[in-house]
Amino acid sequence: MAYDKFEILKSTAVPLPIENVDTDQIIPARFLKATERKGFGDNLFRDWRYNPDNTLKKEFVLNNPIYKGKILVGGKNFGSGSSREHAAWAVYDYGFRCVVSSFFADIFRGNCLNIGVLPVQVSAAFLDKIFKAIEDHPATEIEINLPNQTITLLTSGEKESFEINSYKKENMLNGYDDIDYLTKMKEEIKDFAVKRPF
Amino acid sequence: MGTTLFDKVWDSHVVKKIQDGPDVFFIDRHLIHEVTSPVAFLGLKNRNNTVLYPNKTFATADHNTPTINQHLPVEDPLSANQLKALEENSAEWGIPHWGLGHQKNGIVHVIGPENGITLPGATIVCGDSHTSTHGAFGAIAFGIGTSEVEMVLSSQCIMQPKPKKMRININGELGLGVTPKDVALFIISKLTTSGATGYFVEYAGDVFKSMTMEGRMTVCNLSIEMGARGGIIAPDEKTYDYIKGRLFAPKGEDWDTAMKYWKILKTDEDAIFDKELTFNASEIEPMITYGTNPGMGTGISNQIPNANEVEGGITTYKKSLNYMGFEEGDTMIGKKVDYVFLGSCTNGRIEDFRAFASIVKGRKKAANITAWLVPGSHIVEAEIEEEGLLAIITEAGFELRQPGCSACLAMNDDKVPPGKLAVSTSNRNFEGRQGPGSRTLLASPLVAAATAVTGVVTDPRTLL
Repeated sequence: MAYDKFEILKSTAVPLPIENVDTDQIIPARFLKATERKGFGDNLFRDWRYNPDNTLKKEFVLNNPIYKGKILVGGKNFGSGSSREHAAWAVYDYGFRCVVSSFFADIFRGNCLNIGVLPVQVSAAFLDKIFKAIEDHPATEIEINLPNQTITLLTSGEKESFEINSYKKENMLNGYDDIDYLTKMKEEIKDFAVKRPF
Repeated sequence: MGTTLFDKVWDSHVVKKIQDGPDVFFIDRHLIHEVTSPVAFLGLKNRNNTVLYPNKTFATADHNTPTINQHLPVEDPLSANQLKALEENSAEWGIPHWGLGHQKNGIVHVIGPENGITLPGATIVCGDSHTSTHGAFGAIAFGIGTSEVEMVLSSQCIMQPKPKKMRININGELGLGVTPKDVALFIISKLTTSGATGYFVEYAGDVFKSMTMEGRMTVCNLSIEMGARGGIIAPDEKTYDYIKGRLFAPKGEDWDTAMKYWKILKTDEDAIFDKELTFNASEIEPMITYGTNPGMGTGISNQIPNANEVEGGITTYKKSLNYMGFEEGDTMIGKKVDYVFLGSCTNGRIEDFRAFASIVKGRKKAANITAWLVPGSHIVEAEIEEEGLLAIITEAGFELRQPGCSACLAMNDDKVPPGKLAVSTSNRNFEGRQGPGSRTLLASPLVAAATAVTGVVTDPRTLL
């Protein structure tokens, strides 16, 4: 499934200053029963957003109208646990295009990149600055500049650069995905496959 | 300079290296199940792609399947729909499918090794993070997302940056009642759940050398819980003995050819790792977790650490203990437990049932405990009966259920109710993992058994 191109994103952000947010929290297993990629955003952080009787948990950040935007800012080790791509789908379908953290779990990071959510890893110090800035002014805007690989707090101008390999960067900038690439390589892959011992 | 086992297997599967990008990485074996594959098949159709090598993919139903009355239609319409999709997609593309009721059916990471699908030197992926299990055979095995499942179906490749390499050495001899599960929970408690992120871990040293294949599978299975993409253990005689004669294992001349290749699968003496850690077996006692991630574990006789003694943020730590209803300084032994779960791709094999039976033999299930004993596959289920373990556990007041992932992730009806406390041999104690509001203590089959007969968290060494 192709996704929208990602170049420069200016948005307010939703802060979630909790560490080790696992993919079971991002989307609990009982919501993985679809056979199509539809409606996962509704169940993003389901058990943190809703009480068992489906009423809203008012104290949870996604239920606080002060915080909104296309950027989700999470604590260290974001996306640990299960490989479910549904977690990245839920983040995307809810309306986020970028997740910022000081550390990402491997599979979640890869899944995000494959579906058009940009994972931006910043230093622990810069992450603290972001949380503080949003806490002080929830309307704080953040700029994610993919061509320049920078993240900027637009209120203060404080800036940090982030890493992304040039292959994935090109993909994100153009809305390409790996399947397009691999499909074009099929003959080369077949030549390789015949040499495998099993 | 020498190379590592991991390098040898990885490098031999690189179809193409992309400059400042991932490797185009060839996959020998692809395992699929009902939950993470339907959208991949849909994507395949939408792009007018085909399955390139149907005989390199194997399908089983495990994640959402019921563990009782498997002969009846699945009641939950959404689960039934996923199972039907797997069956139809497999049939359409000619992929071997061991669905519900099939004699080879079981948890994907149990049936792979059991049927000789898992081989040393192979690359194995599945849309499930515990695919790391198969590393026990000297394979490179790891979990992937659904987009990657589609990539493997259509091209037998995925695009992966090569991880860094870590070696974890544990020498010495494990004490009484200390199992492979405890070894893994010990390592995770030292490294935290992100300590091995970005790495592939090779396990080496006396402890892993003397471990059975099933024990090695348990350790490699939990590699993901320290953040590692996977774990790997060099194959040896035990590995070859385990594989020989299994359904998909190489036979005749193919076996001899395979053995020649497998014998070179070890880390050279002068190979360098990006990170190396060493522990001694004597440091490890039976483990139990007390928090909401697998890194929050401790020796069973310890108390819950204070927030200032642990790595990471105090807010997160307190949130976690608050969810569990525990206090800093609490003693774990003696906590009243409601549920015991024996099973999962971590501890659902025959040795786990032997361990459980060794403790419950001649004792009775505690009245306050609801126990779910779920074999990893029909083959395990049959072994339990053949070895007389079924008689032992039945006599002790337990029932055996039918194979599946079950309460590990509670996608079926095996849900621990809100607020209830479970001792589980599975792999994750995340909030709500075993059902909304459930509270999980991860432990070995021995701890699970000791708890099941006493009704409270119990050190199994007191019952051995």
